[in-house]
Amino acid sequence: MTLLFVLLHAAPGDPMAVFFNPNVSPDALEQMRRNFGLDRPLIEQYGRWLANFATGDFGFSYSRLRPVRDVLATALPNTLWLGGASLAVTFVVGCAVGIGQAVRQYSRLDHGLTFIALLLYSIPTFWLGVVLVLVVSSDVWPTALRLPISGMQSLDYAELGTLDRIVDRARHLLLPTIALGLSSAAAVARYMRGAMLETIDEDYIRTARAKGLTERRVVWAHAVRNALLPVISLIGLFLPVLFGGAVVVELIFSWPGMGRLIYDAIAARDYPLVMAASFLFAALVIAANLLADVLYAWVDPRIRVR
Amino acid sequence: MKRTWLDWVLPGARAVAAGRPAGASALVSWLALWILIIARRDRIAATVGSADPGEWIAALTLGVGLWLAHRSGLVSPRARGANDPTGGARTAWRRFRRHRPAMVGFAIVVALGAAALLTPYLAPYDPAQQGEDLAATRFQPPSLAHPMGTDHFGRDVLSRVLYGGRTSLAIGMMAVAIAITLGTLVGAVAGYRRGWIETVSMRSVDLLLSFPRLVLLITIVAFVRPSVVVITLVLGLTGWMATSRLVRGEVLSLRERDFIQAARALGFGGPRIVLRHVIPNVASPVIVAATLGIGNTILVEASLSFLGLGVQPPAPSWGEMVARGRDVMLDAPWIALFPGLAIVLTVMSFNLIGDGLRDALDPGAAGRGQLHAEGGGS
Repeated sequence: MTLLFVLLHAAPGDPMAVFFNPNVSPDALEQMRRNFGLDRPLIEQYGRWLANFATGDFGFSYSRLRPVRDVLATALPNTLWLGGASLAVTFVVGCAVGIGQAVRQYSRLDHGLTFIALLLYSIPTFWLGVVLVLVVSSDVWPTALRLPISGMQSLDYAELGTLDRIVDRARHLLLPTIALGLSSAAAVARYMRGAMLETIDEDYIRTARAKGLTERRVVWAHAVRNALLPVISLIGLFLPVLFGGAVVVELIFSWPGMGRLIYDAIAARDYPLVMAASFLFAALVIAANLLADVLYAWVDPRIRVR
Repeated sequence: MKRTWLDWVLPGARAVAAGRPAGASALVSWLALWILIIARRDRIAATVGSADPGEWIAALTLGVGLWLAHRSGLVSPRARGANDPTGGARTAWRRFRRHRPAMVGFAIVVALGAAALLTPYLAPYDPAQQGEDLAATRFQPPSLAHPMGTDHFGRDVLSRVLYGGRTSLAIGMMAVAIAITLGTLVGAVAGYRRGWIETVSMRSVDLLLSFPRLVLLITIVAFVRPSVVVITLVLGLTGWMATSRLVRGEVLSLRERDFIQAARALGFGGPRIVLRHVIPNVASPVIVAATLGIGNTILVEASLSFLGLGVQPPAPSWGEMVARGRDVMLDAPWIALFPGLAIVLTVMSFNLIGDGLRDALDPGAAGRGQLHAEGGGS
């Protein structure tokens, strides 16, 4: 954090430049600078900032002219929507594909999916987003399946009933979620396939087969449940990736979340906002890691014994 | 077997005739290089008297490429390495060669690398050259004159993709070189010395890894004017954490092994043991991580330039081309499509090689399909 602070303040560019226009007198600018404490020595600015930060006061956003806390509070839920939906898609799709592949190891299906997963894994998120927009808005795409490509809700959102609101939100979520989650899903599929293959070799699977269980029960009740365990710990690995991708995806789909916020804040040299936003990202990742650990201990009693 | 005149005219032809299809690669690259030389002889002649190092590198590449094609086309009397007792690298290489997807990736990367080095000769136009008559030359769909069409300023997209690839590959490889060196050193020292050094370095790794890499990058890059050198450094300095974690894990089990104990008993100093005995023994997983890391770094670099925080225009870069093409996606989709495809092809090839290397270097991991250590993508 300290490193970031020094870096941000050492950089060229004046945050007050936003207000610079012929109608604002230099005196007023100077006044504003004083109000924000930007005329103080750097070390004092730093001390003050750190003290405020620790007490949960993130300062004032120069570019939005609102307290940073308020700005973050409006953007955070939107990013959690997008991130949560993507995380769900990542793991549900990824695990399903991985299980399918492992059950039919070395079949044509397995090879085909392995290749597709590798392809998806190599596609840049931003390009996938751009191509999705192109496909959906091209002439060949059926009109009935038109999907919104920007924003979070339709213009008439306020007049819609509860059910319609949910549908509307889901439709807006669909494309960004796919763009954000697909390549991670491919990675999860690879991992899940490996975990399943390892589990299938275990003695208890042979036991389950030997006592005459149907193949379906062996796979779903015995193999999948055990193979899922290591995959849970992947959440912590993929969350930073998803949040990083969110910057790009939110920009493409005009999603008013944290990613776009931090991008705009950087362009506007809005230090307090940049600092608080990147700090919040890190906090989210750490919180999710903790959650994953707890979840892991909850589903796998072997961990708790230690 | 003696060289004959045929080896100088069509290297590899005799190998193919002798039933070794491997000679075909020599033959194909030989012919491709000569076609390039003949088709672009005027352009190549212009190198004489040029001060641009890129031109001379391209000329050198032509020469080396021809020589390599000639050499690899020679029919060797015994199958190389067939009864070589030394195992190690040779065995791994043989296993790698049998991994077909990895060999495909390898071939593509070699071709891309050659294309990057030969770019000044390959590119049909100057990447920054705009059309004479803007209204007539801009947004041209792909044609024979412009295989990938032209962009907003009538610039040739193919030439820009080629020049952009040169930058992307260079940045990707250099950044990974930095990241791997740093990560290996930190990981090896932390794992070997243990104690507070380990605690401090590994906790910092945890901390740094909890920042989304792209967020960390745009925060840094937005405040230092981005150039190729800066981007490379920043990518390198934000990419070492996963490697150091990986290396530390390996070293922890390694340090209790007999040969390390022996080295210590002989009174060797810490630095010597780490550099000469520990690090060489973690080379395999590090090489795999590096290969996969190059693909990943190219992805991240492209994302940065897509956001306008990477290599600055007018220098061409793949991410920036996609960003520009986005505005005219419906009318001129080729502007964004081709650079995107170039990224996918490059990254996928590196991933294919990485997978193949892992299978070859660490047969135990084969089938386990372990996710590679480089967790931070884009």
